[in-house]
Amino acid sequence: MNINGSLTIAVSKGRILTEAMPILEKLDITPVEDPARTRKLVLKTNQAGVKIIIIRATDVPTYVEYGAADMGIAGKDVLMEYTGNGVYEPLDLQIALCKMVLAEPRQRKTINGRLRVATKYVNTTRNYFAGQGKQVEIIKLYGSMELAPVLGLADQIVDLVDTGNTLKVNGLVPVETIAEISSRVIVNKAAMKMKYQIIKPMLKEMNALAGKK
Amino acid sequence: MKNHWLLPEGIEEVLPPQAARLEDLCRRIIDLYKGWGYQLVMPPLIEFLESLLTGTGKDLDLNTFKLTDQLSGRLMGVRADTTPQVARIDAHNLKRDVPTRLCYLGTVLHTRPEYHGGSRSPLQVGAELYGHHGKESDAEILCLMLETLMIAGVTGVHVDLGHVGIYQGLVNQAGLSEEQEIELFNILQRKAGSELQELIKSWSLPKKTGDMFLYLINANGDASVFREAARYLAAASVKVKHCLKELQSVAEFVQKQLPEAPLYFDLAELRGYHYHTGIVFAAYVPGAGQGIAFGGRYDGIGHAFGRARPATGFSTDIKTLLALSSLPYTGQQGIFAPCKNDPALLKLINKLRRTGEIVISELPGQMGNAKEMGCDRKLVRKAGMWKVVKL
Repeated sequence: MNINGSLTIAVSKGRILTEAMPILEKLDITPVEDPARTRKLVLKTNQAGVKIIIIRATDVPTYVEYGAADMGIAGKDVLMEYTGNGVYEPLDLQIALCKMVLAEPRQRKTINGRLRVATKYVNTTRNYFAGQGKQVEIIKLYGSMELAPVLGLADQIVDLVDTGNTLKVNGLVPVETIAEISSRVIVNKAAMKMKYQIIKPMLKEMNALAGKK
Repeated sequence: MKNHWLLPEGIEEVLPPQAARLEDLCRRIIDLYKGWGYQLVMPPLIEFLESLLTGTGKDLDLNTFKLTDQLSGRLMGVRADTTPQVARIDAHNLKRDVPTRLCYLGTVLHTRPEYHGGSRSPLQVGAELYGHHGKESDAEILCLMLETLMIAGVTGVHVDLGHVGIYQGLVNQAGLSEEQEIELFNILQRKAGSELQELIKSWSLPKKTGDMFLYLINANGDASVFREAARYLAAASVKVKHCLKELQSVAEFVQKQLPEAPLYFDLAELRGYHYHTGIVFAAYVPGAGQGIAFGGRYDGIGHAFGRARPATGFSTDIKTLLALSSLPYTGQQGIFAPCKNDPALLKLINKLRRTGEIVISELPGQMGNAKEMGCDRKLVRKAGMWKVVKL
């Protein structure tokens, strides 16, 4: 489709970028440079008005809420953790699928006192346990959550799981699935209202593409 | 390094020359409202929480700074929104039977910024119209809001229009439980279409009802929305259809008065849902990721103060408007006066000041010349007479 006007799309780097590119290409939005090779963070595309910015997953909702980007593609895990309510998330693209799970060591230790949970997803974890009526101690980590129970830093962890191999090799087993995760299209509220002539047809087409999978 | 000068997050001060610009804009806005018959009220900065939060939603409660009154032991709140105060003034203090038009201007305080990185101390200005229910008063308020943006030099305004009664009517018609309604509300606010499909499926609603919600979440765009709504909401209650008609007639009314304003409709717009009762509207401009002015109908808020009257109004933050303003500002240059105790000089200085000139007196032994003091002229004595000459 031909896009008349300016549009900035923020995409999480990594797996989401890889899986989102084919969808954008089907909408006839192709970066002029290969995103996997360039070090540029703002990519021009074949369509004059359309720019793609490639940023860290957790920053995508921030850029979109401010309106620095009109729309974005971000994982549900990031959106659940995001505390603002300033974006629309109209579409589930059904890409970059994984699960957010609660996991613990295969040999469960007896826990005296308050449960300690290590995670990157502090808000989501707190809400999850609060929903069960449980007060837990949350330990914020930025990566390698699987290590925490092994070294006794935490009793359980909340993390994303794709194949489950990392859990397995570190002696952990999933206890419960907290959420099924996939990537969503998010849209700045003001952009939706001012650029609906561009955005609505795009959403419609992306919806049709997501349905085909 | 000492940082005792640091201001709290989201609290800002306005410095020259911006402060003068802001003050100038405030004056012009209040003059505008005066011309439309809106009388200025000055509600208190702080009052008892009970009256401050009566008839408002939970959001406002969370957004209000609270402290204990050392005199009475009662809880007080610093206003986070002026509208409820003005509604109280109309219902309790003025008690007029005729339509009442009020306006206000003042700083409000928010516990949390509206959006990440936003201000916690907006300079709120707004206008409220009490005592009339109908498209004429809704349109008047909307036009006054657009006029406010215009004199502030904010251009490229898009108007977003909705009606909370449409959603309300559909929820009632579907007979949803309170919990279901909360879930639905949450999804509609995020326009999470994919999530709504799953939710509707899990509720096993009658297909007709479910389809109406699935339509509603995407019911936005230009005026063609009304044609679509007639088709997709054909099975909706009389109330819903009435709300649609109300929205359409306000839109037509406004479009006639302001043919250039681009109107956008969003039938699922739920901003201020727990507070508004009818038409809601907002203004958006390119370059701002959030709305910049908001308004709508909120009939019945005066009920808690013994007198429910129809009400409609809007408010905006002048500091935001100034930041978006495209008006050039040329600060006024002054006249530098020498430090001399000459009655003729003093007389001339007073005369100049009365005509609106800035006259800055030199201080003995001071640093800097006339130009550095922000002056483009100075007073000099020529042939025994004091005269203003260019630098």
